[in-house]
Amino acid sequence: MGLKTKDMISIKDLDRDELRLVLDTAESFKEVGTRDIKKVPTLRGKTVVNLFFEPSTRTRTSFELAAKRLSADVVNISASTSSVVKGETLLDTARNIEAMQVDLIVVRHPCAGAPALLARKVTSAVINAGDGMHEHPTQALLDLFTIRERKKTLEGLTVVIVGDILHSRVARSAIQALNTVGAIVRIVGPPTIIPREITHWGVEVFYQYEEALKGADVIMILRLQLERQEQSLIPTLREYSTLYGLTARRLAMAKDDVLVMHPGPINRGVEISPEVADGLSSAILSQTTNGVAVRMAVLYLLSMGVRADGQAAETPISPSPSSGQDKPDPRPLNQGRET
Amino acid sequence: MTEPRERMVLDALGMNRALSRVAHEVIERNRGLSDLTLVGIRTGGVHLAHRLAAGLKEIEGVVLPVGALDITLYRDDLNKKREQPTVRKTEIGFDITDKIVILVDDVLFTGRTIRAAMDQLIDFGRPRAIQLAVLIDRGHRELPIRANYVGKSLPTAVDEKVKVLLKEEGEEDRVIIENGT
Amino acid sequence: MNLLIRNGRIVDPAHRRDEVTDLLIENGKISRIGKALKSDGPKSETQTIDGTDKWVVPGLVDVHVHLREPGFEYKETIKSGTEAAAAGGFTSVCCMPNTIPVNDNQAVTRLIREKARLEGRVHVFPIGAITKGSKGEELSEIGDLVGAGCVAITDDGKPVMNSGVMRRAMEYSLAFDLPVIDHCEDEHLMDGGVMNEGVVSMELGLRGIPAAAEEVMVARNLILAELTGARLHLAHVSTAGSVRLVREAKSRGVRVTAETCPHYFSLTEEAVRGYNTCAKMNPPLRTHRDRDAIRQGLKDGTLEVIATDHAPHSEDEKNREFDLAPFGIVGLETALPLTLRLVEEGVLSLDEAVAKLTVQPARVMRLNKGHLGIGADADLCLIDPEATWTVDPSRLRSKSNNTPFAGWRMKGLVVMTIVDGRVVYSTEEVRAT
Repeated sequence: MGLKTKDMISIKDLDRDELRLVLDTAESFKEVGTRDIKKVPTLRGKTVVNLFFEPSTRTRTSFELAAKRLSADVVNISASTSSVVKGETLLDTARNIEAMQVDLIVVRHPCAGAPALLARKVTSAVINAGDGMHEHPTQALLDLFTIRERKKTLEGLTVVIVGDILHSRVARSAIQALNTVGAIVRIVGPPTIIPREITHWGVEVFYQYEEALKGADVIMILRLQLERQEQSLIPTLREYSTLYGLTARRLAMAKDDVLVMHPGPINRGVEISPEVADGLSSAILSQTTNGVAVRMAVLYLLSMGVRADGQAAETPISPSPSSGQDKPDPRPLNQGRET
Repeated sequence: MTEPRERMVLDALGMNRALSRVAHEVIERNRGLSDLTLVGIRTGGVHLAHRLAAGLKEIEGVVLPVGALDITLYRDDLNKKREQPTVRKTEIGFDITDKIVILVDDVLFTGRTIRAAMDQLIDFGRPRAIQLAVLIDRGHRELPIRANYVGKSLPTAVDEKVKVLLKEEGEEDRVIIENGT
Repeated sequence: MNLLIRNGRIVDPAHRRDEVTDLLIENGKISRIGKALKSDGPKSETQTIDGTDKWVVPGLVDVHVHLREPGFEYKETIKSGTEAAAAGGFTSVCCMPNTIPVNDNQAVTRLIREKARLEGRVHVFPIGAITKGSKGEELSEIGDLVGAGCVAITDDGKPVMNSGVMRRAMEYSLAFDLPVIDHCEDEHLMDGGVMNEGVVSMELGLRGIPAAAEEVMVARNLILAELTGARLHLAHVSTAGSVRLVREAKSRGVRVTAETCPHYFSLTEEAVRGYNTCAKMNPPLRTHRDRDAIRQGLKDGTLEVIATDHAPHSEDEKNREFDLAPFGIVGLETALPLTLRLVEEGVLSLDEAVAKLTVQPARVMRLNKGHLGIGADADLCLIDPEATWTVDPSRLRSKSNNTPFAGWRMKGLVVMTIVDGRVVYSTEEVRAT
């Protein structure tokens, strides 16, 4: 099995079966992280570039570890040190990187659509590590993985997403992913940061936190950026945390085995109280662990998908019962390496 | 298009006898079962490893640990991209350092699977020795690999397909050869 | 040199003419219209053009064009822009003042007119800035601008945010009977948006510009026009709400004229999907409901002018992150066939469509253009109404090729454009003999 897509720009690029494939593959990769020697030779000789136009420690480290555990060579380029500061356009930066024969480019950019623009212009596989307010597909995948790991299922779960939906790429990817797998999604937050059109995606909108929490299986908390107060989107952080902070009291309104998640970094005391963040319901640290495994799966599946002719892999032969058996290479000798 | 022609080369009874003989050989060669572990190569090898473990328990009364190895990530032909192998879980729940690991596979052919399995195994620890048990050895090695225990040697043509069908996978136990169309 | 156009279908809404007949141009003016015409002068001085199966319409008048000169010559120049205009059938264009320097003083106006005289293919009428530098604070020397040749004032590209300043500008303009044009947009509601605020912007994660940003300023301007009695002209109307407000104001007799652009009646916000920067302009492409309301507004006369808002940008500028690409698309060479689609679809009659591109915009700017009266300047274009062609950005005459209509199949082709009786553009098909 493989992915139809050459790149991962949006979570919409994956259908239900492909989502499941990524999660299943990630399970195998999670096991690699438990070994003494946390390395497999799968991407040996491949080059992965982390092209980050926005500062990020968490996501970049996660991708870097994922690539290195697959034995790939990793290069980190961050905007402040790059030619971008010298006025180079995005496309020129990308083309120059591609000219060094790079297999995968992981991109984080403050503008929505930047990875899509890159993917159109380069033949390397492009992975969106977050583009403006648009999407963060690997985050959605690791969120799904974490939920599935704890809850054993995804379909029919009630998932509550709290916070600044308007500006959140994590939310956009998560909502679409949850819809694809058949979960029920509720949105909570102040009206100023919930786009009216979000109902187009079939979610239920709440302004009262307590209402939304009744019977929730999962609570996904979004980070509130401190600038929102200056933009008149919220009056103060204090008021936000009073109305929309997850406290132990509020947590008790959800199901007993509710899962609490947060993409990080958390603002302790604003969107989540310290006791909840460190409590038993919290899966926040698991998300980080799972992030590496999921990103290994994505890197593996996309590197497999980039065929010699530049097209995405088609649905291949399903493995026969004795799938470990090898066949001798039927190509004649002297065949040049596929580029 | 003609249907692939199929002929059976080992039936259920033959398979059982072969596995039983292999079990005895394992005990004889290692002078007992201490420090032995079994690791089956997915997917056929895993079922056979469990059968072998059951056989050894019956003879010697000892329960050996059994692990499963998925060699997909260690293959040397990942660049070919004609097939996309699904990665399955590797489960080795015991320490292999200083133990004798018996790798178990259903069919030994070019030897590349075993090469990958050994590379992977060594990433898990440092076994005292690695031995190889296969149900079928069909020849045509491309690497210098030899099985210590062979259920049955089978001369085949390169373009023939050898399939081991197992009841654990919903089939009747048997080994067949398919001629290509 | 005289020109005799034989047997063309002459469509002149200003004079209610729609008939197949001959038209004679002498000394740069329209001298006669009628059957079987002959020139008075010697035969050698008259060129004949066969207009069979062609339409002969007044040269189109575009009251909203960015020629980019002075200051942005890499995007377009007066020379290239007017060549594009001629290829699109336009014989008069009004150019916007958001140049570098801004056209807020007579020196820049004179520069533009001089360049146009030397290099322009068609007539160029400059529009001056309302405020100095278009900063929206102090009035520019409007009297001087008028004296130097400006036909209207606007801070286009930007709104005049300060209502007090806009009121004074409108009052001051009365002395010159000058049209005051506003780019209606409340900057605070616009708030850094890059496309219409709606389902598509939500899905793409792009900041949205709500329709309200335009409508709030349309309402403000209508009220100020009513207060002052000034000639208000609303640039590029794009929303249903704006159309409704204008309709209502007109019904009460407020002196206002309004223009829209071909993209607002041909496209919607869906064109942005895939982060297509060639669908990025301001005001943005709206919803299909807005598009329908624009078409209705054209049909019932609420919107009397079609202008292009031709806004060239270089390829590198557009070939980048959506947020960072500049607003604007070119339009001179696609305006006519897109307008003719409205005729095909029964939204407008041919007469109405031609009027909105000729005599009506001319009247708004108080220009004696856009009609084929006897003695009028011989500005006309010939159209082959049946010719089909595909929009190829690389073959546009403009220096820039930022169009969302690439690959569109168009029906209706300008085959010849005549300014002051001289052929300034023609295709292979039609030649003067």
